[in-house]
Amino acid sequence: MMPEWTLLACIALPLLTPILITALRRWPNPREAITLLSAACLLLLVLSFHDTVSSGGRPAITLAEPIPGLKIGFEVEPLGLLFALLASFLWLVTSVYSIGYLRSHHEWRQTAFYSYFAVAMGGVMGIAFAGNLFTLFIFYELLTLSTYPLVTHAGDDAARESGRMYLGYLLGSSVMLLLLALVWTWSLTGTLDFRAGGILEGTVTPGVASMLLVLFVFGIGKAAIIPFHLWLPAAMVAPTPVSALLHAVAVVKAGVFTVLKVAIYIFGIDFLATIPATSWLMYVAATGILLAALVALRQDNLKLRLAWSTISQLSYIVLCALLATPPGMVAGSMHMVMHAFAKITLFFCAGAILIMTHKTRISELNGIGRQMPWTMTAFTVGVLSMIGVPPMAGFISKWYILLGSIEARQFIAVAVIVTSTLLNVAYFMPIVYAAFFRAPDKRPKHATSTVVSEAPLTVLLAITVTAAGTIALFFYPYTALDLAIQTTGADK
Amino acid sequence: MLISNLPALQVVVPLVSAPVCLLLRNPRHAWACALTISWLVLAMAVMMLQQVYAVGTLSYAIGAWATPWGIEYRVDMASALMILVIAVIGAVVMPYARRSIEHELHHKHASIFYACYLLCLTGLLGIVVTGDAFNLFVFLEISSLSSYVLISLGGSRRALTASFQYLVMGTLGATFILIGIGLLYMMTGTLNMMDMAQRLTGVMETRTIRVAFAFVTVGVSIKLALFPLHIWLPNAYSFAPSVVSAFIASTATKVGVYVLLRFFFTVFGIQFSFVDMHVGEIMMLLAIAAILVGSLVAIFQNNAKRMLAYSSVAQIGYVILGISLATTAGVSAGMIQLFNHALIKGALFMALGCVFLRLGSVEIRNMHGLARQMPWTMAAFVAGGLSLIGLPLTAGFISKWYLVSAALTAGYWPLAVLVLLSSLLALIYIWRMVEAAYFQVPGTAMHAVREAPVSMLVPTWLLIGINLYVGIDAGVITDMAQQAATTLIGQTGQ
Repeated sequence: MMPEWTLLACIALPLLTPILITALRRWPNPREAITLLSAACLLLLVLSFHDTVSSGGRPAITLAEPIPGLKIGFEVEPLGLLFALLASFLWLVTSVYSIGYLRSHHEWRQTAFYSYFAVAMGGVMGIAFAGNLFTLFIFYELLTLSTYPLVTHAGDDAARESGRMYLGYLLGSSVMLLLLALVWTWSLTGTLDFRAGGILEGTVTPGVASMLLVLFVFGIGKAAIIPFHLWLPAAMVAPTPVSALLHAVAVVKAGVFTVLKVAIYIFGIDFLATIPATSWLMYVAATGILLAALVALRQDNLKLRLAWSTISQLSYIVLCALLATPPGMVAGSMHMVMHAFAKITLFFCAGAILIMTHKTRISELNGIGRQMPWTMTAFTVGVLSMIGVPPMAGFISKWYILLGSIEARQFIAVAVIVTSTLLNVAYFMPIVYAAFFRAPDKRPKHATSTVVSEAPLTVLLAITVTAAGTIALFFYPYTALDLAIQTTGADK
Repeated sequence: MLISNLPALQVVVPLVSAPVCLLLRNPRHAWACALTISWLVLAMAVMMLQQVYAVGTLSYAIGAWATPWGIEYRVDMASALMILVIAVIGAVVMPYARRSIEHELHHKHASIFYACYLLCLTGLLGIVVTGDAFNLFVFLEISSLSSYVLISLGGSRRALTASFQYLVMGTLGATFILIGIGLLYMMTGTLNMMDMAQRLTGVMETRTIRVAFAFVTVGVSIKLALFPLHIWLPNAYSFAPSVVSAFIASTATKVGVYVLLRFFFTVFGIQFSFVDMHVGEIMMLLAIAAILVGSLVAIFQNNAKRMLAYSSVAQIGYVILGISLATTAGVSAGMIQLFNHALIKGALFMALGCVFLRLGSVEIRNMHGLARQMPWTMAAFVAGGLSLIGLPLTAGFISKWYLVSAALTAGYWPLAVLVLLSSLLALIYIWRMVEAAYFQVPGTAMHAVREAPVSMLVPTWLLIGINLYVGIDAGVITDMAQQAATTLIGQTGQ
């Protein structure tokens, strides 16, 4: 198949899947088979680009041109491929997980759930393969809109409130700031194409470039830079698979991916380094890392603690991007992948605990490790990776982040990351400790079935795959690393 | 033969068929007549547009009287674009009208409705086609008088007061315009707009011309509902029959903008209007006020039609904002917004018409859980709403893009921020409807509500479809708008 058609298929496949899902709404098993099939096909399609891109190929296709000079077009480049690989692989895993989760949780509107999920993945693919900032923006908004029904899936008042916050923050920041930055960039340079070395250099003064950078960094609300982060805890009302894939991986990573893309292909790494705003925005990100970690410390709701941890970790990646050095970009790209595996594992475990015990609070988890050993072992793997202990994937990316920061002589960044690692220990390890070493609370107040067993097979399977992935990426990070290095042209 | 008479036919055909509708009596027959004429008008509009593309500005002398003495019909790109807007909306609204009118009007009134609709169409097309200032006033009155009748046909008794309020304001506006044109005639001795523009150069510095300019500007501003002269609009749009709201909201105020453009650029010229009289600054301030006040007030409305009406005040603000920049980019952004807003508001009002048909109300609190009963209608409303907010791949995005980029190019970055801020306000008021229809628990009466008939859904979705198409391929519209803006600004200095 021609690479151009493969590219188109990558975008179209998840967008068209809902038609089949809806058609099969009365037959749950074939309906879920469609989701799995579609996810598997997507992964294969994305994988098929690997060799082409590694050897320097850049398949591209242009679909339409709504405004002269502004194209809706796609291009596969290493960073986008990395993101697409990550998202499509985890979509497949999450689909397996969702089946077990939604069925044992007796969720309503499962057809709608799978449909919007697929559309959201279409949005992610569009973002990953966008050939220019305009296309990226379109799919960025599509992702916001298609995840709104997922966040508000419960349909109650709490969901509606959170939905408002979700939409308000994400659409608000993207329309007020990101779109402004887009139009401004366009009126200055006459193009929004992603180009190696950026498009802004030579056309703007450092002052204007600073303004643009501020607009971009805060406008990309999905990257959840403080103070545009509150949508993320709010989105935790969504069913756990949504939180896991979308709000730990796809949506937030779409945000930081966009930051990286803008840094590399709109500003250009060298030009970015000369902009005055870069360094103080980096301090904003650094502050965000610590603040979010401190807030995470105080959360008793497991999902909320994970959410605040995500906010903190996203700022790592933004910080990396704002180091404005090739090693910094590599570190950011690597952390995008490594954090995704660890965080999705943690969310999967939180969901497994929820469906089996209906517990959401960390203070209720004493001794849960004895009842659900498999789940909690995976949870521990995730936690260790978040902290950055070898042999977990998180170690690799933390290594590169520290390396990048030291090379860029940003010792404040180094200090922040070290402190944040300690905070990670502080807010994650007590959970592991309570789960394995504390005796279970003996107060069956209401006579529910006290025998808690492991989660359904599909759920466990998904958890195992991501946990194993977290370990495997420590030993074999080369696919991701090569792609990240190719993006920036840096040396190993 | 046919081609060369198009400018006249465009007006004469609907004009002579209006009495035919009245004579037909039978609502079905009158509707069929109005429908045929609307489509004919669209066909002629397209043919005329092709002509303008091919040979440039068309000039037609009525009764073969040579131009400065006789009435000249003059179609340039700006007029062709406006005609297209009116014709498209007319052609889409008419198939939709049958069921809606059957439901909302007494059947005795149906033929009157169709006759008045055709007269209104005649008036609007006439304003755009004519190159004669007094003739413009006549057509303005034809369209206004017929729209007073159309609005008064609304179901509730408050339609009568709304219509009366509009009549008072509209007549004030028309009188101002007439005084302005009279003063211009006094100073130049001509009514032909091109001729007038040439003769004005000698007498530009007189107080009479300045007063004429002021009268025309204020008069037209009433017609196009520029803040703070918009007070007639919310009532008129809310209490009119659904079809009328959809038709008038997407055409009448737009034609007002066209008249303003004609006088500012063609008759008085950009130098006089924007440099000597500083109308740009005034219009910009009023536009900003319109955008903010209109959007904010829209948020607090409980009646969905009223909400859209206030949103129209804000959206007209965008158009005026673009024009007030007095650059080619600004004026073409205004024209694009004008076209797109017609599409968006038409579709939204039509979706509400469907709601009204089945629900008998457009109060937001009565719409709880409506999306389950009328999925297609509400989906159309959401799609139109997203376009109003200006999300990518919709027509609304295109106009926002051009407007923001025109403001930035002209160096007014706060305007750019304002435009974007107000799209968020649009998000709030549209989302109130979405939350009511999709999230609230339906009442018991809701189970009896069915989806709107196909004859109403198809036209609504047709407009939504055009909306999405423009969002993906705006080339045609932006080309026309840019040519129109160039023509208008290029006429300056004659």
